[in-house]
Amino acid sequence: MTKIDATDMLYRDLNNRIHTLADRGEKHIELRNVCGQKFIGDALKGDVKIDIYGIPGNDLAAFMDGPEIEVHSNGQDGIGNTMNAGKVIVHGHAGDVIGYAMRGGKIFVRGDVGYRVGIHMKSYKDNVPYIVIGGCASNFFGEYMAGGVMVLLGINGDDSPIAGDYVGSGMHGGVMYIRGDIEDRYLGREVKKLELDAEDHRRLSELVREYCAHFGCDYDEIMAKKFIKLAPKSHRPYGNLYAH
Amino acid sequence: MYKRDLEHIPSGCAISGILNRKGKRIDGRKIIKSIALMHDRSNGLGGGFAAYGIYPKYKDYYAFHVMIDDEESRNRFECYVNQHFTVEHDEKIPTAKVNGIHNPPILARYFVKVGEGKLEDAGIAEEDYVVRQVMHVNSNIPGAFISSSGKNMGGFKGVGYPEDIAKFFKLEDYNAYLWTSHGRFPTNTPGWWGGAHPMTLLDWSVVHNGEISSYGINKRYLEMFGYKMELMTDTEVIAYLFDLLVRRHKLPIRIATAALAPPFWKDIDAMPEPQRKAYTAIRSVYGGALMNGPFSILVGFTGGMIGLNDRIKLRPMIAAEKGDFMYMASEEAGIRVIEPEPEKVWAPKAGVPTIGLLDEGVEL
Repeated sequence: MTKIDATDMLYRDLNNRIHTLADRGEKHIELRNVCGQKFIGDALKGDVKIDIYGIPGNDLAAFMDGPEIEVHSNGQDGIGNTMNAGKVIVHGHAGDVIGYAMRGGKIFVRGDVGYRVGIHMKSYKDNVPYIVIGGCASNFFGEYMAGGVMVLLGINGDDSPIAGDYVGSGMHGGVMYIRGDIEDRYLGREVKKLELDAEDHRRLSELVREYCAHFGCDYDEIMAKKFIKLAPKSHRPYGNLYAH
Repeated sequence: MYKRDLEHIPSGCAISGILNRKGKRIDGRKIIKSIALMHDRSNGLGGGFAAYGIYPKYKDYYAFHVMIDDEESRNRFECYVNQHFTVEHDEKIPTAKVNGIHNPPILARYFVKVGEGKLEDAGIAEEDYVVRQVMHVNSNIPGAFISSSGKNMGGFKGVGYPEDIAKFFKLEDYNAYLWTSHGRFPTNTPGWWGGAHPMTLLDWSVVHNGEISSYGINKRYLEMFGYKMELMTDTEVIAYLFDLLVRRHKLPIRIATAALAPPFWKDIDAMPEPQRKAYTAIRSVYGGALMNGPFSILVGFTGGMIGLNDRIKLRPMIAAEKGDFMYMASEEAGIRVIEPEPEKVWAPKAGVPTIGLLDEGVEL
């Protein structure tokens, strides 16, 4: 294991260090005193694990392809941007556009997330991205979602809506599982509410178990509440838009 | 040149603000550290700070910070300011030589009062008189530009990275209970000294990340009330809109921000009747004040600080509190670097103002 004290380190220097270590075969890197350094873990490959203490900057794990990053505090915007494989675990809250255009791998956030989480996530065959949010989300959850799976648990949420407004606006692929209900007026026009079937339950319970393992939560307590499933009405909602 | 054209500069403006609710003044080091942490969000074409409580000796005088091209412009400006105000004191704004800050204008400040008799002649309120003169100077006196005009506050700005601008203006030597700051990445408008943020008028100051795509509508609306848009940048309409709505029309802050970033009609339609009527009235009366486009802004004024995001949250903003201090910034790291353990950290919702006010009865 290699420890790096990131105090006052420029993001380029820090990321070069991480890439060099990973290239040499280091399997575990611990970053201390991180404060705003962008692009940590970007385009990183392999099976290295990175523990981050402090606040990592924007676009954490963008284009990441395999590694696991555990953030022992809050995260900022753009986590997992176009991520391909691997896992990000955030113990606090996270910001906007989490999982933007994500193509594979998993993101777990214990707290709330901001706007446009899961925007234009996509999947192809076995390459399926997963996002599990423990808290609540703000507007445009799953906007233009094209594939993948998102789970929103709304644990410790107050009376505010679990997912804000415009949920799944423009959604045309993938699926969302929401613990609780969402008023129809907050749903995007392209989304329909469904009951979970056996396959949904299997997939959901696997993800919730993994969430509980990371954050030490009670699985039964979380699953005791009813979930709804959101799916697109059509995989080509605008197919006829310019057709005539 | 060729290589430069291919270079990608990942940036997009940074803002940060610190308020002490008890009016306790702190020097510039914290705000500099906060905005410097977000260095890579700006590109060196603008940086600036607004500081409140910095001129206790002259707190009853309007502090004009003036950017001047040359001695001839200075003469023109001084002739005008002496005609329309009583100048109590004037001086060069202290600056230091700093690498990365080039070709600054002459920078001077004038502490002024509105002379007796001026208001009767003009038949308007004192602050309207000051606004009128500031607008006149900035529109009609070539080579002179009043970059801030409030009492017991000042805007310090120019072309450069914010931390270099801070060194240039020696901001660690000033003490303020409210600091806001900005690192600029100009998109649609030129990077020039006057175009850096904060944009100010009287004690209003605005730092802004984003762009106001409704600029044309807002500009025409403000022109009806005598404001002149001269700074070649969209942000100035925000400062004037706050001046118009809050100072002149005396709207409570939450009503003013509801005019600037109102709920969508579909959400208004779903409100209970009294609210529905109120928001319909606000949108009808203040349609020209609606600000569209992506923005996160911090508005400073004598009584505190307002943070506001556009209605669909296209720019970042995070807020935190610790004791008497309130923080707002583009990135949480920009707060944590100066306050590692805040008591509360939260992400303000789109279109909902985050308001920090001085405690009642605080003497400045």
